[in-house]
Amino acid sequence: MKPIKGFSLKKVRAESAFKRTLVIMALVMIVIAAGIFLTLLVQSLPSIKALGGHYLSGKTWDPVSDIYGALPFLLGTLLTSFLALLISIPFSYAIAIYLGEYNPKGWLSGFLKNIVELVAAVPSVIYGFWALVVLVPMVRAIETKVGAAPYGVGILTASLVLAIMIIPYAASLGRELIRLVPSSLKEGAYSLGATRYEVLKNVTLPYTKSGLFAGLLLSLGRALGETMAVTMVIGNTNILPTSIFSPSNTMASVIANEFTEADRTVYLSALIELGLVLFLVTVVINLVGRMIIKRFTNE
Amino acid sequence: MMNPKLRYRLVKSKSVEWIIVLFAFLITVPLIAIIFFVLKTGISKISWHFFTNIPKPVGEAGGGIANALVGSLLIVLVAALIAVPIGILCGIYLSENKDSKLASYSRLAVDVLQGTPSIVTGIVIYFWLVKPLGTFSAVSGSVALAIMMLPIVIRSTEETLKLLPSSLKEAGLALGLPYHKVILRVVVPCGFSGILSGVMLSVARIAGETAPLLFTAFGNPYISTNVLKPMQSLPLLIFNYATSPYEEWHDLAWGASLILLIWVLLLNITTKLITRKWKVQL
Repeated sequence: MKPIKGFSLKKVRAESAFKRTLVIMALVMIVIAAGIFLTLLVQSLPSIKALGGHYLSGKTWDPVSDIYGALPFLLGTLLTSFLALLISIPFSYAIAIYLGEYNPKGWLSGFLKNIVELVAAVPSVIYGFWALVVLVPMVRAIETKVGAAPYGVGILTASLVLAIMIIPYAASLGRELIRLVPSSLKEGAYSLGATRYEVLKNVTLPYTKSGLFAGLLLSLGRALGETMAVTMVIGNTNILPTSIFSPSNTMASVIANEFTEADRTVYLSALIELGLVLFLVTVVINLVGRMIIKRFTNE
Repeated sequence: MMNPKLRYRLVKSKSVEWIIVLFAFLITVPLIAIIFFVLKTGISKISWHFFTNIPKPVGEAGGGIANALVGSLLIVLVAALIAVPIGILCGIYLSENKDSKLASYSRLAVDVLQGTPSIVTGIVIYFWLVKPLGTFSAVSGSVALAIMMLPIVIRSTEETLKLLPSSLKEAGLALGLPYHKVILRVVVPCGFSGILSGVMLSVARIAGETAPLLFTAFGNPYISTNVLKPMQSLPLLIFNYATSPYEEWHDLAWGASLILLIWVLLLNITTKLITRKWKVQL
């Protein structure tokens, strides 16, 4: 039989090898993601076994006496992240509304969009350094005024710098979602005589509610995992925070500070367990956020 | 004469609009403050000497950041060499097999990687590479950064290729080209600009990353080009020197911050220009 012209076994082999490579690459992602989880889990087993449930509720973290309670860090992380989120909301929503609804085109909104992207681009270590030199004295002045202990570093300072860093995430996502509001809905409201504010309040925001919430979740995930800027200004104190002015520590900043010093198995393992908790929380928050957005954009 | 109620509604609407404009543009304040401050403090520290020398020991003024510049370039380059081919191939798989079960799991894995805090990636790479190799090393830092690059490269590849008309692929196949040639010679070149901007964006994202390098590349006070040994990088140097109590080291950190800021912002702006020139949507 005469072979078909241009057909060769070599080509077929190359083709299936290519397809196999693609499949392997897709598998590699799954292996990496699962590997991260399993590594964290296995490495934190000594701590889980030794400390059990006391780990999360313990108020004292004193590696010298082998006491590991993660509550101060859980609280420190939650306080800084939620405070940062609270501070960032008016700004990120204002940007999203301005770019999505009030002024979607034109040079001024182009300018603002670029600014927001650059805010997201500045490395976190530079935010930290800047906050250390500029924000810390400012917060110290506020603390002196309200009569709190003038540390300068602490939860409030960390939240302020975190707030700046997470604004771009909620803002750019919010802008995309606000643009998806069907113009027929808005036109309907305008034709009934609604003002711009009334359209915003009664049409645009209710329509994008779930999406904007998802944007907040993604920002929160970002804030929880942020390490460097927070480590530089939070004060690195392993005690339970008593107010927003207290120096504290977050899960990420404890790991950054103590990981290379941890010389005993349980100590190291307790730090990794913090990493495991952080990983699980941020991943769940991220996945839920993405799920909401996916559902929203498919509607 | 205007109805007072209507007037109230119009005034309210206008004032809300102004408040929103005000809050929206307040974001420029911290950005300008940071750029201005880093520029003001950093510019006086920079000289030719600053680029060609390594840091001096504590107590001696002067010194440079040559070790961090070399290290940063090498670490980022190796990270890109690892992440770009894997990311693009995985992106191709996801856009070619939209509905397969493997694709949906793989997409979930990419989402997980995107949500993983960078410090956690650092811990995991410590156990994957640093411990088995017995030493901190630049290559382990590169792998950690590569894992952070992957989701961005994969997403931009997938999204870009999805937008290409299927007629391109069909034309190639109809001419009898084998599948891999259609993909690599027709489809990927057509989506080149979108993929390129994704790659550049991911490089810009990781160039300033510190957390994953703390337990991997670790830092090094001397110039090193051996990727199996600890290596300094710009963000690491900034972190270590900024948190030190020495004035001379703060000076070095400010100079390094300026260089890093310029580098990262330039990468971002170049990406933007590419995106605009080829009109790709990311």
